[in-house]
Amino acid sequence: MCGIFGVIDKRRQMMDGSGIRQALSMMNERGSGEGAGYVAYGIYPDYRDCYALHVFFDDACESKAAVDATLEQWGTIEHDEAIPTYDQQNLRVPCTPWRYFFKPDPSLAPEKDIITNLVMRINACVNGAEVVSSGKNVGVFKAGGPGGRPEEVADYYRIEDYEGYLWLAHNRYATASPEKWERPDPFNLHDWSVVENGKTTTYGTNRRYVEGFGYRCSISTDSEVITYLIDLLVRRHGLDINLAIRALAPPYWEDIDRMPEAEQNLNRAIRFAYGPAAMNGPFTVVAANPDMMVGFTDRGKLRPMVVGECGDRLYIASEEVAIRAMEPKVESITRPAAGEPVIGRAAP
Amino acid sequence: MAKQVTIDAKGMHYTPLNQQIRKAVEDGAEEIIVNNVLGQRFIGDGLRGSATIRVNGVAGGDLAMFMSGPTVIVHGNAEHAPGNTMDSGKVVIHGSAGDAVAHSMRGGTVFVRGDIGYRGGIHMKQYETQRPILVVGGSAQTFLGEYMAGGLLIVLGLDGVMKAREIGSGIHGGEIVIRGEVDDARLAAGAKKVLLTDEDRSRIAPVLREFAGDFGLDPEPLVNANYTRIIPASARPFAGKYTWE
Repeated sequence: MCGIFGVIDKRRQMMDGSGIRQALSMMNERGSGEGAGYVAYGIYPDYRDCYALHVFFDDACESKAAVDATLEQWGTIEHDEAIPTYDQQNLRVPCTPWRYFFKPDPSLAPEKDIITNLVMRINACVNGAEVVSSGKNVGVFKAGGPGGRPEEVADYYRIEDYEGYLWLAHNRYATASPEKWERPDPFNLHDWSVVENGKTTTYGTNRRYVEGFGYRCSISTDSEVITYLIDLLVRRHGLDINLAIRALAPPYWEDIDRMPEAEQNLNRAIRFAYGPAAMNGPFTVVAANPDMMVGFTDRGKLRPMVVGECGDRLYIASEEVAIRAMEPKVESITRPAAGEPVIGRAAP
Repeated sequence: MAKQVTIDAKGMHYTPLNQQIRKAVEDGAEEIIVNNVLGQRFIGDGLRGSATIRVNGVAGGDLAMFMSGPTVIVHGNAEHAPGNTMDSGKVVIHGSAGDAVAHSMRGGTVFVRGDIGYRGGIHMKQYETQRPILVVGGSAQTFLGEYMAGGLLIVLGLDGVMKAREIGSGIHGGEIVIRGEVDDARLAAGAKKVLLTDEDRSRIAPVLREFAGDFGLDPEPLVNANYTRIIPASARPFAGKYTWE
């Protein structure tokens, strides 16, 4: 199952985390109480030019020294500190959440290539350290295991103390390794964050495809692969977001046959070029970067997606009540068609 | 004398809420008004008798599941699968509903004034006198009447274009009646179009009049409209797919 929620304010007005906590907790039934997570854009204005690296350390001494050394090879650590946390009665904490504000050295390589490689290297090689988010002015707050319900995870990090203009949230129905804190969504790689409700049956094909481009999948979740797919198609291949989603959730061949000729040619080309990127199985995905939030479902519509609009805010959720919990006066509620992307863009 | 009970569901979890509704029915309430409903699931599930439950707000998933007898009226939208495996009674939804409306329904009536999501009427069934009815005022989405095994499913398309495609995928019983023409390309393999006969029309007319009455619509244009009737092409649509004879 899983429950997902996303909200963007198109004028970048800030929202604190309390409404998002409330919205996600309306969908408690969709999770197994073993993991939840939040990601917010715009929370670190004082370090807006640094990449904020959120890291889970098993051992804050030994593993941290290895991460410090790796980062210092590739840039400057402007500041680092433990992420403030507040013990919750039922939540067992197996690691120390830490954050770095890091400036990569642009003379060595393009910034985002450095960040991508650092994340892959630390997650694959440094024992006891997992980078869970790595973007500018963005941070992922998540936890797993027993006691990992949406409210407890929110209270553990006190997410109401953070203010962002774009939030995604995820309530996990754990199907594997519920105890691991890095596994619940959101998954993040620099600009992009992803939450998913579902399970792609094409996971193996999609994973082999992104690994062919140098991405290393270390936590084996769908959202990890989806994040890398989007980063590959949008950042590295320069595809427009609409085309990228067309590649990930393409129309059926029968539907393509019925399109006007130019559209047929485009859609055939995307399916041929990006066949191994196409995702099948039941899923609803909401992805975000600093400028937009986008939601889409699988073509067979095996998972729910409800969209709400109110003033400058666009909401996407698994259930209407999550939206109404945060925005009782919501102006419109719609249920978009399968595979059709819903995009909200923030003003520059 | 009618006995009325009012429950404020604000901030309440669905378990105590449904316990209160059950208790009210046991105590002989004839009308139960539930205010400030926000996504509470399973309202009216497995409930028997003849009470009327008025839900003010957005009803959560699996509304009236296994229900046998009562009437549930929702002034708002409903989430997924209202009328799931419902046995008898009636559900009236003044707003729209999510995916899998009337999932596996085996009797009674579900009326939705607005739209429904994907897979409306999936695996509705019938047996002797048990014949479920689902009527949708707005549009239905794709895979309408998927694996349908019985009952009557009507879509009126009163608010614009009917979006459903792959209609009657795997249908092997029952009938789907859609107002207006339906292009062959919208039918799934295993479904076929037939003419709506006068006999069919007089059979569905009382259903349409009841629907119009519940939502304050003029019944005559609905009764006299042009309809497309969709039925199974065979009783075993996948006979050649999974077995060899």
